[in-house]
Amino acid sequence: MEKDVFVVADNVLSPIGKTTIENFDQLKKNASGVKEQNNQAISPKPFFASLFNEGDINIESGKTKFEQLLIDSISDALQNSGIDPTDKKTILIISSTKGNISLLETEVHTPELEKRIALSTSARLVAEHFGFVNMPIIISNACISGVMGVITGMRLLRTGQCENAVVAGADVISSFILSGFESFQALSPQVCRPFDKSRDGLNLGEGAATIILSTNRKYSENIKVLGGSVSNDANHISGPSRTGQELSFAIDQSLKEAGLSTDDISFISAHGTATPYNDEMEATAMQLSHLQSVPLNSLKGYYGHTLGAAGLIESVISIQSLKEELLLPTPGYNECGVSQPVNVIANLQPIQAKTFLKTASGFGGCNAAVIFGK
Amino acid sequence: MLAENHIISSCLIEQGTVVKDGSMLFENKEADLADFLLSVYQHFQLNYPKFYKMDSLSKLGWLASEVLLKDSFQKNQYQPEEVGLVLANRNSSLDNDIRYFESAKEIASPSLFVYTLPNIVIGEICIRNNFKGEHGFYIQDQFDAGFIACQVNYLLDHNILKACICGWVDVLDQNYKATLYLVEKNPTDSSKPFSIKNINSIFETN
Repeated sequence: MEKDVFVVADNVLSPIGKTTIENFDQLKKNASGVKEQNNQAISPKPFFASLFNEGDINIESGKTKFEQLLIDSISDALQNSGIDPTDKKTILIISSTKGNISLLETEVHTPELEKRIALSTSARLVAEHFGFVNMPIIISNACISGVMGVITGMRLLRTGQCENAVVAGADVISSFILSGFESFQALSPQVCRPFDKSRDGLNLGEGAATIILSTNRKYSENIKVLGGSVSNDANHISGPSRTGQELSFAIDQSLKEAGLSTDDISFISAHGTATPYNDEMEATAMQLSHLQSVPLNSLKGYYGHTLGAAGLIESVISIQSLKEELLLPTPGYNECGVSQPVNVIANLQPIQAKTFLKTASGFGGCNAAVIFGK
Repeated sequence: MLAENHIISSCLIEQGTVVKDGSMLFENKEADLADFLLSVYQHFQLNYPKFYKMDSLSKLGWLASEVLLKDSFQKNQYQPEEVGLVLANRNSSLDNDIRYFESAKEIASPSLFVYTLPNIVIGEICIRNNFKGEHGFYIQDQFDAGFIACQVNYLLDHNILKACICGWVDVLDQNYKATLYLVEKNPTDSSKPFSIKNINSIFETN
């Protein structure tokens, strides 16, 4: 019998708020981090994104903004969690797509810089700050990294190698990242519109989130991670599958592992980046998995696409949704714009919720799905 | 962890050599990285135009996978979802990131930007072989055989995968190393147990 994996504590650190509760309270009031930005260091032209203001994050000497985001998020989650980071049965898992890549923009390129930029350096600094004794696990798998962090943590805990996993993810938006998405013409010139007929691209966002998992039975009343799966489209390195079959496969495998049927899923937190291709593929995958009637949202209109943090930020907000039994709508959605309709939540609404499915997809043809439940 | 799974074959590409299952198949020590990778591609008579668009990390990993799988992998025995990859490196996609960064000073290139993620090498191998199963890219300061083994064993033991390509693929400027293992549940006459000892002894061979 597989051990149960419980969610002990969590945090979202974003331009909207510094704790999960602060974030959720703001989202209930329809606050959004996505705004027009005029930041010459990131782009010569104005762009829509969710970014921290200068001074929002107090960066310790020797750390970068990226590392400070992780430290602050983990710190908040650990507080009152009862989890000891120095315990040898506790592991740190970090998810990020680009980490400290912005250092290329501000520092001279030397072998020392190459070492400083490495994600393992950031992970070591974060681990040392808290006294984690085990080597951190670092996931860098495009935009599914956050969801993969949860799945990796769940599996490690089930093997009994560890009892607790602190899963944290972050990404910071820089000129490197913005220029890249712009070269793909993937950015919307306005607030993004997931699944909408007029959707025209994504907004970028920065932030961090942490989910602390444990198999300790003292948490047995808590929400659990029930199952998860990862798949590859094997189709194209930057465009998604033409059929959505592979994301559907990951969803089905997650349901199977969780011992659930589609009727058991109360709501879905989709990846919903608002690019023409992603949302079309994702909606088709939902239909293939017979989930087209399940209430679904995308949080990208609140947070932008936070890359390596996305799967975690959105899971934490959805966990809060599950706890409060309150569904958040999808900002930017007005009219169905996908060939296989999905049940996009239009308004803040109460729901009797037992479980939710979180999906994510990314460059390299990767897909991930994870299910949380009471 | 008991070694219940098996290393069917292995491939190492480093220091101008290509080694499969302990035998040197090709050597070109004089060339710089770009020329070396092209010479490997030509030597093995590979025919895959997408190769030319790849960055060095993807070329290195893709070439290692081609050599790894050739004559060792019974593709028709597996469904696409039953085969996956677990890879790691130290430098992520930094080699290409630097190239993209330089290009972006003039005009940002989408064909360079797409390779600014380390998991793209997994994507390239999946596309080539129609592998649709579980995969993951991890960053490690040093190759951690124990961690890789733990991930791969979990996937095979839980029947999430029936075959897994795992290992290390790293490039930064002229320094490169790829060590790939094809791991399956059933042994063959020439396979080795998928143990940390065997993983490391293959990794450390020159």
